Amino acid sequence: MKTVMSFLAVLAVIVGFWYAACVPMNVKGLLDAAERAGEQVTPATARERRDAGAFGLVVGNTFVVSRSWSVDRPRLPAPHQVAIELWETTVQKKITSKRSLIYHGKVTLSATLLGFGIGTGLGILLAVGIVHSRVMDMSVMPWAIVSQTIPIIALAPMIIVVLYSIGVQGLLPKAIIAAYLSFFPVVVGMVKGLRSPDHMKLDLLITYNANTAQGFWKLRLPSSMPYLFASLKIGIAASLVGAIVGELPTGAVAGFGARLLAGSYYGQTVQIWSALFAAAILAAGLVALLGVMERLILNRMGVKA
Amino acid sequence: MRDVLSQSEIDGFAEDTPAVAEPVVKAQDLNLVFGAGESAVHALKDVNLTINKGDFVSFIGPSGCGKTTFLRCIAALEQPTGGSLTVNGMTPDEARQARAYGYVFQHAGLYPWRSIAKNIQLPLEIMGYSKAEQGKRVGEVLKLVELEQFGKKFPWQLSGGMQQRASIARALAFDADILLMDEPFGALDEIVRDHLNEQLLQLWARTNKTIGFVTHSIPEAVYLSTKIVVMSPRPGRITDIIESPLPKERPLDIRDSPEFIEVAHRVREGLRAGHAS
Repeated sequence: MKTVMSFLAVLAVIVGFWYAACVPMNVKGLLDAAERAGEQVTPATARERRDAGAFGLVVGNTFVVSRSWSVDRPRLPAPHQVAIELWETTVQKKITSKRSLIYHGKVTLSATLLGFGIGTGLGILLAVGIVHSRVMDMSVMPWAIVSQTIPIIALAPMIIVVLYSIGVQGLLPKAIIAAYLSFFPVVVGMVKGLRSPDHMKLDLLITYNANTAQGFWKLRLPSSMPYLFASLKIGIAASLVGAIVGELPTGAVAGFGARLLAGSYYGQTVQIWSALFAAAILAAGLVALLGVMERLILNRMGVKA
Repeated sequence: MRDVLSQSEIDGFAEDTPAVAEPVVKAQDLNLVFGAGESAVHALKDVNLTINKGDFVSFIGPSGCGKTTFLRCIAALEQPTGGSLTVNGMTPDEARQARAYGYVFQHAGLYPWRSIAKNIQLPLEIMGYSKAEQGKRVGEVLKLVELEQFGKKFPWQLSGGMQQRASIARALAFDADILLMDEPFGALDEIVRDHLNEQLLQLWARTNKTIGFVTHSIPEAVYLSTKIVVMSPRPGRITDIIESPLPKERPLDIRDSPEFIEVAHRVREGLRAGHAS
């Protein structure tokens, strides 16, 4: 109960702040419209208003405050406008419609999941190599770190162009960008996890004369599970970001990225915000799903998460 | 010599008692130096010791006296830097590869994701025993450590003493002739410890294994051992080897007998002498 209350309190503060921010953000557009409609505004012309501060304009024209939350093309839409758009483009649209966020979500989700799968597989393989080979430890890890210092927004168009030139297009290039972002947390987490067994447990295996493969399957891999799940949760969120970024430079016609791009072309801020929220909700759902899997698996393994 | 042997048929672990002393572990002028130059630590210096088949040998001494290090040398977990050491007539590493010993650490170190039975099964899986044989042996050693009812439980459901018993069962599962125990009861309270000591003696009598046992506790060493090796630090060395005059059959109240007190006194003297020098 207490956690619910504190959650609601934080939510109320954010929403309140958002509603308040709508007033100065939208005031200029509203005053321009009011001037065109022949209403009395101060200062009277757009030129004079251009250099005036937003808060000053609000104070001078208090009648616009009540209109701030229902602007047609607002600079900053009010929360309820975004909520209504979300409702209309999910529940009230057929999912085959190009305007349905569920349709776009499915496109992005498939790239996210494919990329997440590739990234996780690659990450685990690299981690296994790094833990078992000193050469790989010295050579792969620096590259993995360097790879994450390049802004993905700069790299994404090149990946798409290169892949297109060898005839790969559609889902896969986006998935590769998603994998590019998601393999890294998996590598880092799994290296740590595979190295987590203490000396005593490793010595015990030596006394059994166990080979490396047995040590891996019977001790290292099970020991790494808590670390793996922590990494997967970061990885899947990164994967979603990667998939969306992968949709931006292609002028993709479908997916959250396409929705964001179209929204910014046509000044449809409500559409942008609702696509952002849809992406955030999808990410939260994916992370929560992994959390449930983590609990089930670790409980079965007798490890308290 | 071993009148308790008659009980042993139950478990089928018994072996014929050797008529003559058969050396299992033989150390000659064994040295182990960690590091080099100024910072070199002489962990073992000129250690000479023979452990015979069926012996229960305790290593006692303050921290840093090399008792654990010596046990780890026998297990080939450490490499001596000088002298010779044989286990069953082989080098320690060959003996390790031949799975000549079971090792019990201070902490049970059971895998939390495996049940007790599955934990005990671990070495058997690694050593490639058949499924049927695995099940049979797990059942046998669970009985030996009196944990028959707990095979399906997970480690966190067991007390510390029971976990340590499970780890002993795990070391016994593949029936190596040598059992090496590094302060196995060090983390347990006195009462549990007494009980486990009693059980360990019974187990030793029934299985006729050769046991190397590292401890901090004088009563524990005297109560358990046929041979007590007193060690002292800087450099780690043996200062006294005491052959226990106590009979093999040892009820807990033997600890009040004059013989017991005399041996304990000699161990204490040895420890004190090592400390003073």
